[in-house]
Amino acid sequence: MATTPNAATPADIPGNSRTLSRRWAGADEIAHLITLIAAGTLLLITVLLVYQLWVLSAEARSKFGWSFFVTKTWDPVVGDFGALTFIYGTIVTSAVALIIAVPLGVGAAIFLAELAPPKLSSSLTFVSDLLAAVPSVIYGLLGVFLLVPIMRTTIQPALKKTLGFLPLFQGPSYGIGFLTAGIVLSIMIVPFVLSVSREVLLSIPRDQREAALALGATKWESTWKVVVPGARIGIFGSVFLALARALGETMAVTMVIGNNPKIAASLFSPGYSIAAVLANEFSEATGNLYLSALIELGLVLFLLTFVLNGLARLLILVTTARGSGVLPT
Amino acid sequence: MSFRLAWRKSLNVFMLSLTGLCALLTVSTLFFILGYLVWNGGKDLSWGFFTHLPAPVGEVGGGMANAIVGSMKLLLLASLFGVPIGLLGGVYLAEFGGRTVPFLVRYTADLLNGAPSIVIGIFAYALVVMPMHHFSTLAGGIALAIMVIPTVLRNTESFLRDVPRSLREGSFALGANKWRMIATVVLPAASRGILTGVLLALARVAGETAPLLFTAFGNRFWSPGWNQPTSSLPVVIYTYATGPYEDWHRQAWAAGLVLLGLVLITNILVRAFLTRGTAYERT
Repeated sequence: MATTPNAATPADIPGNSRTLSRRWAGADEIAHLITLIAAGTLLLITVLLVYQLWVLSAEARSKFGWSFFVTKTWDPVVGDFGALTFIYGTIVTSAVALIIAVPLGVGAAIFLAELAPPKLSSSLTFVSDLLAAVPSVIYGLLGVFLLVPIMRTTIQPALKKTLGFLPLFQGPSYGIGFLTAGIVLSIMIVPFVLSVSREVLLSIPRDQREAALALGATKWESTWKVVVPGARIGIFGSVFLALARALGETMAVTMVIGNNPKIAASLFSPGYSIAAVLANEFSEATGNLYLSALIELGLVLFLLTFVLNGLARLLILVTTARGSGVLPT
Repeated sequence: MSFRLAWRKSLNVFMLSLTGLCALLTVSTLFFILGYLVWNGGKDLSWGFFTHLPAPVGEVGGGMANAIVGSMKLLLLASLFGVPIGLLGGVYLAEFGGRTVPFLVRYTADLLNGAPSIVIGIFAYALVVMPMHHFSTLAGGIALAIMVIPTVLRNTESFLRDVPRSLREGSFALGANKWRMIATVVLPAASRGILTGVLLALARVAGETAPLLFTAFGNRFWSPGWNQPTSSLPVVIYTYATGPYEDWHRQAWAAGLVLLGLVLITNILVRAFLTRGTAYERT
């Protein structure tokens, strides 16, 4: 167990110690143990989390099995639970969010990494980091009182007029619904796409840009045909990271999605998401089966984000390690 | 100049300005959010907002003193439970760890960091609320602590790793034990960075609503002690914003402004002052 040259020696017998370091020789092992316990606590918490979610959802899992994921009914009175409407809502809102946020975030990252002077770039990154720190309930607040009325009176009628032939943009404009939730989500995840993409772009070696420019490429061509393809995998990583955020986001979505469990082709329709149903119904759940069905939804959400986060980290690591040997912290 | 070259050059200018527009759009969101909150919430901020209990529905006035105190108590619990574990765990990863255990710890920390906050709420519910059979400040504090631990841990580790080897060797050369080296040389050298991480983690959980919904729950009155449901700023904003009363909506704006102000000020101060000028060169 001895980790330093000062580890216990016969001179350490109490009363026989001469120097401070000798007297405290065993302290290294104690410090090691204490910090190990702290680190172990984290492991314990995580294992316990998965265990609790698994055990507490046992009733719903054994009763509904895999049909839980393909059934639309959600009827607490009868005790019949299916997650399909919530899974649908979560996927649709996240998809809308990604469609808006990825071009915006990657575009802004290209500007910050390739074009902006270093000082401007770092101050804009600072602002983007602050944006990531804004609590989600604030986004929800603005969503409810600002975005929803605008959607109802302006954006949704305009979309209906121009793109109304698509089933996506049909039906009455309530203001709330999949599209509004997706837009709020997109604003929330842009900073994540931006900061990770920027880091990945910066890790592409400088000579690659210079080589492209020396061959006569314009700045845009060097960026789009050389730098971005090199950073492609890492940018995918940032997208997965943002997707994991979007799937698990609760408050802002709950406040604007409409909280109506139904599946509709129209993005204007009110819907429901996994996180939103947890936020709304968990504290009122009566009966073990109801609670256990909700906890199973939580388990699904956790596993989804677990897989996506793992994948994202792997992709980002692969790109940045290949690019410059510097890993993001 | 050939047509092809002219096309390429104008495409260049067009696409580059487009990326600039993306950046402008993203960054201006923050100023827009802040401005809109100040405009909407500023007029309802008064001294009474910070000192009074919520007024009964229909009555004018009333404040959020209980929510502000509740949030503080929750944050206190979160730092009390979360920070020591995160800090010591970070020391373990940076200074003691072998090979397998640190890998596992790092991996689970990132996993826990990315877990949806509502799932953390479910966990705290199962861990604290279910055995105690009621909502409590304690349960909310534990939920937030679980969110603080992984952030503090990873951040502490990364700053400890940045402390130069020469400092450690100097300390050993003077005859210090490992734990003395860590406590008197490495930790002080990395203290600014570690403090930054702790404060940012706390600022983040200060705005969390989802994990509190079914742990700390909510309360229209003061919550004495640690064993009863408590109000908190984020949950009040949520309840008031989704409630039916005009009065509630105005209070929600004011509370939103207070919460956003606190979070942003903490972030700006911490990032501006603490990350500047470390005791050693940060790479």
